[in-house]
Amino acid sequence: MTSLSSATTTQATDMQEHVSAISIRNLDVIFGNWSHDSLRMLDAGKTRQEIIETTGDVVGVKNASIEVQQGEICVLMGLSGSGKSSLLRAVNGLNKVSRGELLVRDGERMVNIAECDANTLRHMRSKRVSMVFQKFALMPWLTVLDNVAFGLEMQGIDKATRRDMAMEKLKMVGLDEWHGKYPHELSGGMQQRVGLARAFAIDSDILLMDEPFSALDPLIRSQLQDELIELQKRLNKTILFVSHDLDEALKIGTNIAIMESAEIIQHGKPEDIVLNPSNAYVQDFVAHTNPLNVLRGRALMTNVEQLERRDDTVVLDRHNNTLVTLDADGKPASASRNGQALGLQHWEEGQDLDQIQADQLMITTPDISMRDAIEIRHRTSLPVLLCEDGKCTGMLEDDDFYHALLGKHFNKETG
Amino acid sequence: MNWITDNKIPLGDWMEAFVDWLTFNAAGLFDAISVSLEWLILSMVDIFQMFPPFVPMAMTAALAWFLHRSIPLVIFVVVALLLILNLGYWQEMLETFVLVLAATTLSVIMGIPVGILAAHKPWVYTILRPILDLMQTIPTFVYLIPTLVLFGLGVVPGLISTIIFAIAAPIRLTYLGISRVPEDLIEAGKAFGATPFKLLYKVELPAAMPNIMAGITQCIMLSLSMVVIAALVGADGLGKPVIRALNTVNISQGFEAGLAIVLVAIILDRICKAPGAKEEG
Repeated sequence: MTSLSSATTTQATDMQEHVSAISIRNLDVIFGNWSHDSLRMLDAGKTRQEIIETTGDVVGVKNASIEVQQGEICVLMGLSGSGKSSLLRAVNGLNKVSRGELLVRDGERMVNIAECDANTLRHMRSKRVSMVFQKFALMPWLTVLDNVAFGLEMQGIDKATRRDMAMEKLKMVGLDEWHGKYPHELSGGMQQRVGLARAFAIDSDILLMDEPFSALDPLIRSQLQDELIELQKRLNKTILFVSHDLDEALKIGTNIAIMESAEIIQHGKPEDIVLNPSNAYVQDFVAHTNPLNVLRGRALMTNVEQLERRDDTVVLDRHNNTLVTLDADGKPASASRNGQALGLQHWEEGQDLDQIQADQLMITTPDISMRDAIEIRHRTSLPVLLCEDGKCTGMLEDDDFYHALLGKHFNKETG
Repeated sequence: MNWITDNKIPLGDWMEAFVDWLTFNAAGLFDAISVSLEWLILSMVDIFQMFPPFVPMAMTAALAWFLHRSIPLVIFVVVALLLILNLGYWQEMLETFVLVLAATTLSVIMGIPVGILAAHKPWVYTILRPILDLMQTIPTFVYLIPTLVLFGLGVVPGLISTIIFAIAAPIRLTYLGISRVPEDLIEAGKAFGATPFKLLYKVELPAAMPNIMAGITQCIMLSLSMVVIAALVGADGLGKPVIRALNTVNISQGFEAGLAIVLVAIILDRICKAPGAKEEG
């Protein structure tokens, strides 16, 4: 099985159009009645605690700036109370913006949610931005089908049409046979699928997901994550996703923004977050995650320059005397172990790992995922050679994997 | 200490002056209300009386079956109505039923919007709560007097008194239902672009429906509990024979009329109650 996160990352790079779907600049969200005083205190550098004691206001989001590209899954990550939900809810106006700019794409133009009128906001909510809730928020008196059609009903679409459209989305999440049931007759996972279908039903470009899978048990959660990734690949939605689980964020996120006490403290690709956590808070998160699906060969490998050389021969493993000979361009020409010649074989992501035989030195790219690299190492019982543009750049050995698994890869530089 | 008792605050006189003022200045209005309500109620009773007793009986039984699919309930309804017919209180039963129906309908029409308003505007409820408490605790006989003065003898003062007593239930329960709509349902409504009006009748009202239904059921039962008092000011119905029995110390008549009221109460309660309870399952 190929790793799912690597699949989404490649997909996102393929269609790098760099069109912002959501553009947030210097955004503050303050809950309470005194937001002017609170803003002044915020500018004066007062902490959240000081502000709540003086004015009674709660700072939800402080000076957040973030760009979300079209077709991206951006995960807002943080502990509860870190402001991730507050930021998400500002995007469709459920939370009022106290200051700053919040632009959301509406076809060709961008609409500033922070200061648009009620009609524009309603337009954005019913056509452009839909939402999936943590506790599903399905209407208990409506059937599954009518729940999916809820957004369409709000737009005033007639019953027959909206039911047809809803049925189509219900098929998409595999629940078409349940259309006549009521939400309470469904399991949690199924209910959230209905929530997902309801959000898809209005064909909005942007999906806001507020910890949608947190209320589900782990197996169902993982299954829904996979389904979401599949659906996103097919429908190319822009998704802003809130999660408190870094593993989930790493799995589904194109980019991750980590929040701590109302501020975005780090924003980057999953691998960047894992490799270069910006402070102890992020490091703490990273230390508890599984790096297998996130890290790539490039970040783990021992550089070819660091290896022992004997003329044009490079020593991969001194103990077993595994040697590889490079030609003038640095391309691997032949390999041997204890004097016996080894075959050279190329492997690319997506190829069947079961075909790999022992005593074949595998050559692959530095973009290989850690999981695949370990699998190859395990099957060949040989180091994995990494080449880029026909040139040998490094190799992966047990030490490199152990290092990463023990969380000691923080200081190792990428590339 | 004598001065306390010597200088009595003329609260009662003020109230009387107020009622006098109303009678003098708005007599036309009260007369119009009185005449039209009386006409409405009497003609409804007439309509019901046009049918032979088994028609309303069959309709009630059908309604019970339609709402509850329970054979024992249908049998009970039929037997109870036959007993009332047999005791000779059919006409009074119809009058009571119409009075309860009218009082409940008016209470619900006025009470639900007030309840919604109170749930949306906290200050309205702050003002409303003591008034509702007052309406439910003040002895019924006390406001029977001014209603009698304003609307004259007959079914209308009975109806008005019944409404004053019973309207608190739909207001309170609508308020309760709407203010307890789960926040995430409201947010879901907003997030999908609901207008305030759509939010009300596609999210809030359906979500509050079990509570509102309970309010209506309660309103019916409270209205029914007022039949004897309404009879005091001249409203027709099952209350009249009870009053008459009381005045003549007629045990048998009192028992039969009382039994008829109880039967009507049970029928109404059983028929109205469960549709709300069904949704909880």
